[in-house]
Amino acid sequence: MAGIPHDHYEPKSGAEKWLHSRLPIVGLAYDTLMIPTPKNLNWMWIWGIILAFCLVLQIVTGIILAMHYTPHIDMAFASVEHIMRNVNGGAMIRYLHMNGASLFFIAVYAHIFRGLYYGSYKAPREITWIIGMLIYLLMMGTAFMGYVLPWGQMSFWGATVITGLFGAIPFVGEALQTWLLGGPFVGNATLNRFFSLHYLLPFVIAALVALHIWAFHTTGNSNPTGVEVRRGSKEEAEKDTVPFWPYFVIKDLFALAVILAVFFAIVGFMPNYLGHPDNYIEANPMVTPPHIVPEWYFLPFYAILRAFTADVWVVQIASFFTGGIIDAKFFGVIAMFGAIAVMALAPWLDTSNVRSARYRPMLKWWFWLLVIDFFALMWLGAMPAEEPYASLSLLASAYWFGYFLVILPLLGLIETPDPMPATIEDDFNAHYPKAAAKDAAAQPAE
Amino acid sequence: MRTTFLAVEWSNSVSDATDHDSDRRDFLYFTTAGAVAVAAGAAAVPLVNQMNPSADVRAMSSIRVDVSGVEPGTQISVLFLGKPIFIRRRTQAEIDESRAVELSALPDPFARNENLAEDTPGSDANRTVTPFGAEEDTGEWLVMQGVCTHLGCVPLGDAGDFGGWFCPCHGSHYDKSGRIRKGPAPTNLPVPVAVFEDESTIKLG
Repeated sequence: MAGIPHDHYEPKSGAEKWLHSRLPIVGLAYDTLMIPTPKNLNWMWIWGIILAFCLVLQIVTGIILAMHYTPHIDMAFASVEHIMRNVNGGAMIRYLHMNGASLFFIAVYAHIFRGLYYGSYKAPREITWIIGMLIYLLMMGTAFMGYVLPWGQMSFWGATVITGLFGAIPFVGEALQTWLLGGPFVGNATLNRFFSLHYLLPFVIAALVALHIWAFHTTGNSNPTGVEVRRGSKEEAEKDTVPFWPYFVIKDLFALAVILAVFFAIVGFMPNYLGHPDNYIEANPMVTPPHIVPEWYFLPFYAILRAFTADVWVVQIASFFTGGIIDAKFFGVIAMFGAIAVMALAPWLDTSNVRSARYRPMLKWWFWLLVIDFFALMWLGAMPAEEPYASLSLLASAYWFGYFLVILPLLGLIETPDPMPATIEDDFNAHYPKAAAKDAAAQPAE
Repeated sequence: MRTTFLAVEWSNSVSDATDHDSDRRDFLYFTTAGAVAVAAGAAAVPLVNQMNPSADVRAMSSIRVDVSGVEPGTQISVLFLGKPIFIRRRTQAEIDESRAVELSALPDPFARNENLAEDTPGSDANRTVTPFGAEEDTGEWLVMQGVCTHLGCVPLGDAGDFGGWFCPCHGSHYDKSGRIRKGPAPTNLPVPVAVFEDESTIKLG
């Protein structure tokens, strides 16, 4: 693997040499596991492992659930109840799968915001970032379709609302929506194909995860300083890094254990806390629940979708210049997908050549405002569509776009960065002066 | 190393006086690419088309509804093509109120009535179904799809700021003629193809 110089796998025994000359798979695993990793990574770098764990958890519990689930509108709801009541340990497995989705999204949001704060998206890691955004989009698609499968009221009406988004696309929308649903409405054809795709997409995600890891193993990990690992020689690189195994594996597994303790407490004692009670009522196309709310992890973008109504001036301008082709409904859809698109474009919108917000005194404030904005949108998405929530949603949506389209491009031009450490080793030693002193004593004067 | 070597060899073969060969090779490339494109396109058609509505779904395109039990001031909902259809028998007061609304007060100026031309204005008289054998439409029978034109929820009856329907999902208010008056929905509730077959039967579709 290109990038940071380090020791590669050398087959020793005859059997190892025999295998290596035919399929160098041990070498691949060795190089992946022993990758030199910046030694100053903080606790925000644990989320990758948590995410990998979540993907495995969801695939394993999902395959088990599929053994007992029936994707038919007359039987789906009952088959989920069958899992809950009759299947041995079924309730636990379903609750793990249900709450596993929430853990997955908590981890992915922490992972994304870590990338935004420390500038992990910047050159040369744009491809890692873009693949990550694709994974996030697929996660949302997978989670949405998974939520439809129990065929409860929220499943049905959530599916109706979200597929309605595609109907908002001018000219082809209605045909596209009918094609997606397999009929003029959410019905058996819809449930069947959603089941099929819900089973498929996690494997596509797994493939993208492999590319994601490959990409950042090629460029090397980013780190809290944003200063690159020195690559002049192996000795130099070793001053900035430690191998992933065992150092970071043990650290990450410790973090995983702490998180799983909380996770299992929720699964065991309050498994429906993050769900919606209406989804324990079987789907009924004649009755809309009084208040449709998506799952919590969709709320920020749902708030953006609803924020742009016909009386907002940007919507009116868009409608005027396109002769009504872009109406409020379509504008909301564009805004929702646009909110993710601007995030994906961050590597090109950010003009600063300093990666980490640690050394960007102005960006820091704007970043934390973005985090507050994200939680505000999440709260607003759960509120009914009336004042004052409507105006607040608009304000919060405006800041989301403002951060990426105005602040990131402008700040790089006007901001004076704080002094940065010259190397990762300097940063590390500044944090651990004792270890540094001992190190210096062990290897006297260079 | 190997790629450079191949590249050199390739450029040699082009610059040589063997243009004849490279023409033949180009032809092979283009025909192969063309054949692959056509085959992939042909394979994609059935793979995409299978997701369109199946024959049994398409067959359910017309139903008859008995409305003999519907009293003035009440409504029934029937499921037609998987979507609820509201059939309301309106009182004279409801009819009068709906007919008094100025066209300029309507966010969506069109009738959205599948029985009439697309650009028919959205006055109340253009949205109701003429009773069986009647010379003139009394405005008593309002038949429309009970699906919010915003994102497809079912609006609640006798609710909202205009006393008609109210969509609980994103707060769209419809009046007593099912026309959008306030909120995010872009158009009036659509009137499906509907006709009285006898005194008590409405045929939908």
